[in-house]
Amino acid sequence: MIELESVSRSFRSRDGDEIAALKDVSLGIARNEFVTLVGPSGCGKSTLLRIAAGLILPTRGMARIDGAPVRAPRDETAMVFQSPTLLPWATVLDNVLFPLRMMGRMGPDSAERARELVRLVGLQGFEHKSPRELSGGMQQRVAICRALIHEPQVLLMDEPFGALDALTREEMTLELLRIWETRPKTIVFVTHSIPEAVLLADRVAVMSPRPGRIAEIIDVPLPRPRSFDLEAQPDFQRCTHRIRELIFGHRADQRRAA
Amino acid sequence: MRGARDALVPLAVVAVLVLVWEGAVHLFSIPAYLLPAPSVIWRDCAAIAGNIAWHTAATMNTIMLGFVASIVISLPLAVLLTSSPAVANAIYPVLVFTQSIPKVALAPLLVVMLGANELPRVVITFLVAFFPLVISIATGFLAVPAELLELGKSYRASRLRELYRIRLPYAVPFIFSGLKVAITLAVVGAIVAEFVNADRGLGYLIITSTAFFKVPVAWGAVILLSVIGVVLFQAIVVIERVFFPWSSSVEAVSA
Repeated sequence: MIELESVSRSFRSRDGDEIAALKDVSLGIARNEFVTLVGPSGCGKSTLLRIAAGLILPTRGMARIDGAPVRAPRDETAMVFQSPTLLPWATVLDNVLFPLRMMGRMGPDSAERARELVRLVGLQGFEHKSPRELSGGMQQRVAICRALIHEPQVLLMDEPFGALDALTREEMTLELLRIWETRPKTIVFVTHSIPEAVLLADRVAVMSPRPGRIAEIIDVPLPRPRSFDLEAQPDFQRCTHRIRELIFGHRADQRRAA
Repeated sequence: MRGARDALVPLAVVAVLVLVWEGAVHLFSIPAYLLPAPSVIWRDCAAIAGNIAWHTAATMNTIMLGFVASIVISLPLAVLLTSSPAVANAIYPVLVFTQSIPKVALAPLLVVMLGANELPRVVITFLVAFFPLVISIATGFLAVPAELLELGKSYRASRLRELYRIRLPYAVPFIFSGLKVAITLAVVGAIVAEFVNADRGLGYLIITSTAFFKVPVAWGAVILLSVIGVVLFQAIVVIERVFFPWSSSVEAVSA
């Protein structure tokens, strides 16, 4: 479904230095697979996601979706950001319909589809409320509906639950799994949270910084449907342990050496 | 209830001030050409009410034309200013320069250029009022969160769609704070223009009545102008509240 072929991306900093955000990243993601990208700040997770979204072009290498090179945002993909980025002047329903308006693809059944999605995330009755009347978690649910409205094959999520409190975050994680099971999609999900990355994913791509690259891809052999009860399982702990090792391991070595 | 009380308090304060003014003029026997009592102002103005109404209509006409011109010209200017850094670099210094010209000094030249009619007055009103409007609209356009613009891009929105579906609505609270400044300045601009060149209007009335020592009438015109300023300002507040209820609750910082 998504192929990243030795993707590199560098940025020019303000003082003119070339900074490699990503170096030679290759990753293949199958249809309806759930992949999480985890790693410390500055490892290029968000850049990688934006390259897959067609918002940023790679300096070298190429991203493909279904074999077609990604040179601009494609209809098959939708982004969900860390902040809900809802339009403050529009109702919940109009926010969900926003992509169709931007693409000029409003149809006679669009409003009904939007209502259905709002029901799917448990927000029935809030269709005509304005975003500021909703809690953070509810706003992010609306943002997910908005990403689903044009029925994309691929959901690209950039720390979507990063700004939520811990309890809402767990709730939303399960909610996302439920949505994914009723409407299978290919999901690439960037996160800072290791347990979140393991609980959601079929595979976790652990990234390391300077330059950003994939350190290791870890298969998560846990059964679905999943819940936070799995955290006690040896497989879960083995995965989180391995990820911690990859992210913090070399730092621990350095400390020992010093 | 709360709204009524909120309006009553300032009205009561004004009433007390007017009473103190009236009392002080009589108590200290201040001559009318220095400071006329409110009752004298009222009497002299009421005697020529029809005439004053005609002057008021003329001034309102200039204010509104200048204000509308400010909106019509500021919007595309703000779009240009925010379209690219290169364009901004080209336009911005010119804009700032127009602001550093003393409008009162420019007014007689404009009369020579444009003729002794309504046009130079509208142009001066516009020149006084438009700048803060351009700046607040441009600030609003630039205040759109990057993620919201990325969202638009991820749906391949054209620049035009981005402008009227994202930037413009996002800028509404900023636009209104600019409009509030602009309408107050439009009143000032219109009067400046009428001082320099007019055969009607409240500014003209102030100049002619002081020349003929009809000081109470001049005072009446000044008071009327302040009332016009307050009413127009409030009209914009009401328009924002009625048509953009989400905007008045948004914290917008104007430039």
